[in-house]
Amino acid sequence: MLEEAKRAIPLSTNHAIAYAVKDLDVDVISAYPITPQTTVVEKISEFIAKGELDAEYIHVESEHSALSAAISASLTGARAFTATASQGFALMHEMLHIASGLRAPLVMSVAMRSLSAPISIWNDQSDLFNARDAGWIIIFAHTAQEAYDTIIQSYKIAEDHNVLLPVMVGYDGYVMSHTIEPVIIEDKEKVMKFAPKVQYPFKLDPDKPVSIGSITPPEYYYEFKYQQVQAINGSLPTIEKVDEDFGKTFGRNYGLMECYMCEDADSLIMANASYASTLKAFLPEIRKQGLNVGLLRLRVYRPFPLQKFVEYTSDKKNLLVIDRAISYGAPYQGPLANEISGAMVKEGLKLNLISVVAGIGQRTVEFEDFLALARLAHEGRRHEETIFYGVRE
Amino acid sequence: MEKLVSYKEMAPGGIVVNPGNSLEYKTGDWKVLIPVINQETCTRCRICWYVCPDNAIVELDKEYTTKKNRKYKVSYDVNADFCKGCGMCAQECPVKAIEMVPVEVA
Repeated sequence: MLEEAKRAIPLSTNHAIAYAVKDLDVDVISAYPITPQTTVVEKISEFIAKGELDAEYIHVESEHSALSAAISASLTGARAFTATASQGFALMHEMLHIASGLRAPLVMSVAMRSLSAPISIWNDQSDLFNARDAGWIIIFAHTAQEAYDTIIQSYKIAEDHNVLLPVMVGYDGYVMSHTIEPVIIEDKEKVMKFAPKVQYPFKLDPDKPVSIGSITPPEYYYEFKYQQVQAINGSLPTIEKVDEDFGKTFGRNYGLMECYMCEDADSLIMANASYASTLKAFLPEIRKQGLNVGLLRLRVYRPFPLQKFVEYTSDKKNLLVIDRAISYGAPYQGPLANEISGAMVKEGLKLNLISVVAGIGQRTVEFEDFLALARLAHEGRRHEETIFYGVRE
Repeated sequence: MEKLVSYKEMAPGGIVVNPGNSLEYKTGDWKVLIPVINQETCTRCRICWYVCPDNAIVELDKEYTTKKNRKYKVSYDVNADFCKGCGMCAQECPVKAIEMVPVEVA
């Protein structure tokens, strides 16, 4: 363990992702700056300038073009990457659906941030949750190390010919993107051996011509969309296996969903990204206060690992779901809580679901707040409406 | 009508893996008017062949002799499978040798 720790270097999650892109020998990077993502592509440009990565670095004029370029590159058989956040992510929205519809095996990192208006450059998860139905595989990282590792896993998942879907890796803007953690950077050869380039099977090739992006009449369109349903649902075993193999090769794996201090807990708090790592640090102290609460960490979000969810929650009394995005006017106004209530009906779970919205626009949630949320979960009262935690009445 | 294939038999992403298959897709079935070319007045200038947006004017290796005994080595015809009846050929014909007539009449 100590030997392992000695290998670590101090990196922000943004820089950890840039290292992963370098170690994966990505061929094409399309770059457009947006806070808090910018230092990902900045660091990659440094690697290219220093000759540590041989790649095409395309300065595009918008995020719409950034994703367009990455899609096109991946369909020529290149390994492509881009990064985004917030307004830029929103500007990409049209291309998000085209990436998954064309089955482009590219990878994108998202330093999650709030959306305008009013303008906020700070963290929440409104940008990513807006895109949850875009047909991408979505994985949340909760440490810089997990972000590095997950980018590596993502190419292996995306390029698998049984999957062929774009993957986005989400992590919290600022709270993770600009804070420094110890990160073990693996040997490039070992990374490439783990995730060798697997080209898109129908890549543009003059010797074997194909048409990409043609119009599809009503007799065919539905079937292509159903292929996407099958592909994303069918990707779950691949995602699980890639993670397990990653563990065997590098000694770190994360599972589809993580239950932390959870076996003996009556109540769970469902959280992702930085809130999950913060809760991991706070849970021992929360337990000391007599609150029998555990953490259910959402890692793989699309496809949703429903069986894991059932496995971890079926014997629990209360589940408090923290959303850092708002689904305006929905039955529960946290998008995740809405889905969980659907999952509970589908699986016949009798949990007491408590929907909490928190951390909007990076309203800081501190130890006392997590303690209060743990108390809410532990009390187990029924709350019919979503609780907007911390808002000034 | 031919049987439509299952989603399992289709290449992913709507990608067309058999190039040139637009020939199998007849796009001319909704026209109202169709050009009729008068081989007598046609001077074989080829303008209709150039301007047709659907390559539906066909040049045939078919000799034709006019009543005034002028010999042409080629004739022009319309491929009704792809002509959508836009009338550009008739509009551009410098000798007004093309007439647009209702499909039912032609």
